[in-house]
Amino acid sequence: MIRIISILVGLFFTLGLAWSFGNGAYTAITEPAPVTAEHEFHLVPKEVHFASDGPFGKFDRQQLQRGFQVYKEVCSACHSLRLVAFRDLAALGYNEAEVKAIAKGFQVPGIDPNTGEANMRPGLPTDYFPKPFANDVAARAANNNAIPPDLSLITKARHDGGPYVYSLLTGFQAQPAELLKEFPDAKTPNGLHYNPYFANLNLAMAPPLTADGQVQYGDGTKSTVDQMAKDVSAFLIWTAEPKLEKRKQTGWPVLGFLLFATVLGYMSYRSIWAEKKKKKA
Amino acid sequence: MAEEAITDAPELATGDGVRRRDFINLAAVSAAGVAGVSLLVPLISQMAPSADVLAESSTEVDISAIQPGQAIKSIFRKQPVFIRNLTPKEIAEANAVPISSLRDPQTLAERTKEGKENWLITMGVCTHLGCVPLGAGEGEIKGEFGGYFCPCHGSAYDTAARIRKGPAPKNLEVPTYEFTSDTVVKIG
Amino acid sequence: MSFPWAHEYTPSHPFMKWMDEKLPLPRLVYNSVGSGYPVPRNLNYFWNFGFLALACLGIQIVTGVILAMHYAANAGVAFDSVEHIMRDVNWGWMLRYAHANGASAFFVVIYIHIFRGFFYGSYKAPREMVWLLGVVIFLLMMATAFMGYVLPWGQMSFWGAKVITGLFSAIPLVGEPLQQWLLGGFAPDNASLNRFFSLHYLLPFVIVGVVVLHIWALHIPGSSNPTGVEVKSESDTVPFYPYYIAKDGWAMGLFAFLYCAMLFFFPNALGHPDNYVPANPMSTPAHIVPEWYFWPFYAILRAFTSDFFFIPAKLMGVLAMFSAILVWFFLPWLDRSPVRSGSYRPAFKKFFIILLIDVLILGYCGGAPAAEPYVMISQIAAIYYFAHFLIILPIVSSIERPDPLPFSITEAVLGSDEQAALAPAE
Repeated sequence: MIRIISILVGLFFTLGLAWSFGNGAYTAITEPAPVTAEHEFHLVPKEVHFASDGPFGKFDRQQLQRGFQVYKEVCSACHSLRLVAFRDLAALGYNEAEVKAIAKGFQVPGIDPNTGEANMRPGLPTDYFPKPFANDVAARAANNNAIPPDLSLITKARHDGGPYVYSLLTGFQAQPAELLKEFPDAKTPNGLHYNPYFANLNLAMAPPLTADGQVQYGDGTKSTVDQMAKDVSAFLIWTAEPKLEKRKQTGWPVLGFLLFATVLGYMSYRSIWAEKKKKKA
Repeated sequence: MAEEAITDAPELATGDGVRRRDFINLAAVSAAGVAGVSLLVPLISQMAPSADVLAESSTEVDISAIQPGQAIKSIFRKQPVFIRNLTPKEIAEANAVPISSLRDPQTLAERTKEGKENWLITMGVCTHLGCVPLGAGEGEIKGEFGGYFCPCHGSAYDTAARIRKGPAPKNLEVPTYEFTSDTVVKIG
Repeated sequence: MSFPWAHEYTPSHPFMKWMDEKLPLPRLVYNSVGSGYPVPRNLNYFWNFGFLALACLGIQIVTGVILAMHYAANAGVAFDSVEHIMRDVNWGWMLRYAHANGASAFFVVIYIHIFRGFFYGSYKAPREMVWLLGVVIFLLMMATAFMGYVLPWGQMSFWGAKVITGLFSAIPLVGEPLQQWLLGGFAPDNASLNRFFSLHYLLPFVIVGVVVLHIWALHIPGSSNPTGVEVKSESDTVPFYPYYIAKDGWAMGLFAFLYCAMLFFFPNALGHPDNYVPANPMSTPAHIVPEWYFWPFYAILRAFTSDFFFIPAKLMGVLAMFSAILVWFFLPWLDRSPVRSGSYRPAFKKFFIILLIDVLILGYCGGAPAAEPYVMISQIAAIYYFAHFLIILPIVSSIERPDPLPFSITEAVLGSDEQAALAPAE
């Protein structure tokens, strides 16, 4: 009895699926899905190497400091970094006094101790990076109706994070002629900017890094657009996961010990079972 | 039965192979033990104060507006700190007390910075069970010794915030602090 | 219950004797995972996964209780509290990655455990109750994992909550109010997050309870084994301690090694970048998928694209997705072959391999975008999935001619010649 019911239930689902399959196949043949410009012209991020890559990767602190400088002088005009506190910058190799000075250079929202009114005060190491816009509405209004995303986690919030940010920053270009020929409707709208590394090819952000030397590095590194893009990407890898280096450094001894313990465990297992296994021969 | 005796009690067999075997088993169990104990490190230390909490453990206070005889409450490590500008009369009262009569013998000079004896900076945490004593706020009762009075269990502190009466065992704690200028004090 | 030759617990120390009279807990341990539990001597490494699953449950409960000390279940701060754990809490990054990857490890282990049961007929009499309780555990795990994924309150959390509760809106008449009741609102928000957190904390302890029943039910007939032949004599078994403790122990080491490699070097490989974007009710990510362990079932859900007679496609998908698991409950009665182990069932073995590949294909399609050719592939794969359990198994089990079974476990391990040679010694 149960088998008859089961076969009937089985037929119900398989026929239902076959019906869906037939309909789907018919549609696929009669109305093939249109090819889109995104599908043809979107590019995967460029190959780029960061010091923090790989199982032995470590942050290049000099590079992180340069990247921080790019963030501070360029990105911070529109993008917040709300999960990072100034005190965290000590991990970039700044000493206490330098962290204090950096914090002081930012104005953060405060309260007047006498009147209680909202005001701006110089930052303290315990403060977090201030937001460039008071709220989402203000951010939208100032940026052509697109909210500049917070950058704290950006390299973890996008596939292939570091290379993605780098590719996006260096990927602005004129719309290819073949694209316009093939998809006349896909012309980049006014106020947007063509970038093949962006998911839908047209991005509200104007190219932020435009000229070599836009940021003056203190350590003598030549600040080409490529170098600045790489440095700020490295910095954003750090902001997304400040504990990355510690994670990898903890991993090796843990794995080493576990390997040792597992080998011991295996030997112990073999010796305990030796009597039982011997008779097999 | 004979088979069982051998297989279930391998340690009864003789020879060096057995001793080596025991050693391996012991080593394997010890390794598992070491792994278990090292797991405790993160599991225990996660409950210690986190980085953001530790980062807030110093406070800078502007004391320029505090007149003699006044006190303010500030916050240090999420607890109140009393910053009091003593009057000459209060200083004299504190110095007049014989040290030997105190439960926790300390002079006012020991509890303040040299040249700034009028600035008495103490935690606003009663050393009995942690309540906030009265006496720092305007109009609060200061207890019979003119310093602070803890209403929870009746501990009374004098003008140097030393325990004089009641169950508290110690004087109000003086946190580590320094004057970064004449008007700014950094606590912690 | 146990075999007559099981070792008897005999406390020697006066304290242990006293304890045995007042609370025979050491006796219970001795008889369930000690020398007092005789286990078939021929178990292969697939039998380690029950122990590993228990270890995973332990990892999840310990790391979960700790994360709850730092996490805040409030829609306004949940995302930031997770980042607080990652950045500021001592070892917080490790504990959170351990919990997130622990869920994946748990499902890897449990799927191997389940498919071991499929192949070796572990669901068959006299172990039906072990199997039924196991399916209950799996359902509870799915619910727990789903609610846990909502807690970080990222984009995938939010849209996962919305889509999965949306499944219930497919139910005729009561669907819409039911979804609103589940969420405590019209869309996931604080009320949903709080109840998911509460239940996410509760359910693992319910799982512990069912696991106890699962193991209890297992100890009544005793463990199955790769031959499917029941234990006949003492030479078929070895005591759980030390033999299987040693085997599980070293397997645990190997598991821990792989798990830690994942945790320390690829902690986000199985996650989704969109969950590092805070929940935004105004925009759905381009490509939403559940966690990988739900992909096969998600593919079945999406495979129904056309209304079937009067049944809407949405309802069909939901029915099919739940049926895909519920069908496991009936397995002991669908597969009537008297032979347990797939090793001795030539036709069943072939269909089992097809099922294995089929589920992998379903999993792949479930993780892929909802576009062709993935939908059509998953439709064919889903057809096989249902056909396998509901049509093929009942038919195959009645017409198949199994291979000859070994006489006993001992014979299977030692070969019949050695068995004969041993006989005089016994």
